[in-house]
Amino acid sequence: MDGYPPLDWPAYRSTARRHPVRPPVRLDPGLADTAALTAPVFDEGAVTAADADLTAGSAVVGQRIIVTGRLLDGDGRPIRSSLIEIWQANASGRYAHRNDTWPGTLDPNFTGAGRTLTDGDGRYRFTTIRPGAYPWGNHPNAWRPAHIHMSVFGRAFSQRLVTQMYFPDDPLFFQDPILGAVPEAARHRLVAGYDHRVTEPAWALGYTFDIVVCGAAATPVEGGGGG
Amino acid sequence: MGDRGPTPPQTVGPFLHLALADPAWREAIPEGEGPRIRIGGVLSDGDGAPVPDGLVETWQVDGCFTRCATDDDGRWEVHTRKPPPAPTVDGRTQAPHLLVSVFARGLLHRVVTRIYFGDEEAANAADPVLAVIEPSRRHHLVARGDERRGYRYDIGLQGEDESVFFEC
Repeated sequence: MDGYPPLDWPAYRSTARRHPVRPPVRLDPGLADTAALTAPVFDEGAVTAADADLTAGSAVVGQRIIVTGRLLDGDGRPIRSSLIEIWQANASGRYAHRNDTWPGTLDPNFTGAGRTLTDGDGRYRFTTIRPGAYPWGNHPNAWRPAHIHMSVFGRAFSQRLVTQMYFPDDPLFFQDPILGAVPEAARHRLVAGYDHRVTEPAWALGYTFDIVVCGAAATPVEGGGGG
Repeated sequence: MGDRGPTPPQTVGPFLHLALADPAWREAIPEGEGPRIRIGGVLSDGDGAPVPDGLVETWQVDGCFTRCATDDDGRWEVHTRKPPPAPTVDGRTQAPHLLVSVFARGLLHRVVTRIYFGDEEAANAADPVLAVIEPSRRHHLVARGDERRGYRYDIGLQGEDESVFFEC
């Protein structure tokens, strides 16, 4: 698919024993599954406003940022009421996870996870802090560029997407095999833009990041439930 | 952000549990709220080693969704209901099945497979998707067991036990 990274990517060593070797089965279009044209539907009670603010508690350490954008289908139409989940390292590059043991400092006020539903215009908005870069063992002096993991459902099984959002002008891109696995022409789609219109005076820097999912979906129901 | 091309996927990485592993997701049908089935197994890599940082999601035509992160032994287990048959887009009847997404550290995008049920032999024999899979590989798509005892469905990412994956 346009812009997809390959599963077999030797520069990212963990792919070696985890990528399927057999080509995936391609079904004739008529054999496509009607179940794949829909996705889980979430009502507004599924999340709270606080779920979209990873800095709640106010003592979180780091550069406060707002990350916002729209969830769109391949035709540019907004996808409403769709769940977006994010997770990330703290400002020192450490995840609040038992398996992250590098000596970055843990921040007791930051769990690094958030979620929200897109609004009627397909828009989402998180308040968080800019994550730090962190080292990993993939290659000598390997560092992951700062990134925020994002998980989106879209409106069809075929649109399910998990990705990572990066920050503009990060000097670590050149040596990162995970971003580097994405064909160069599409890599910029994973890099948020700094947006001064989103920046809030004396509060937080603003970034915009639109997410475009592809794959067929059932025709959305207009009006009433709002899709 | 010039073009509006699709956003490329990236691996979930090793810390997916921070956001995606709430145990509530493991039960599309909570205990006591109607008939349900248990299904689970082991996610393994090309060496046959368990994958302890994977995520298995199921979706089905009646709207039941589950997901479960694998544990230290690569195990996952969910409860859902057996779905009714779903048609293909050209109107053919399929056997009851779940659509499955598998994510893991080391997978640069999800891979997609299906779970059919071993106790639905007649429906499976008439399924138009199973019919296009090499007969020697079909068993990878079929969970063993039954509604009473639960179903076992292992997922191999690579090698001898590699599952049958579909284009997604």
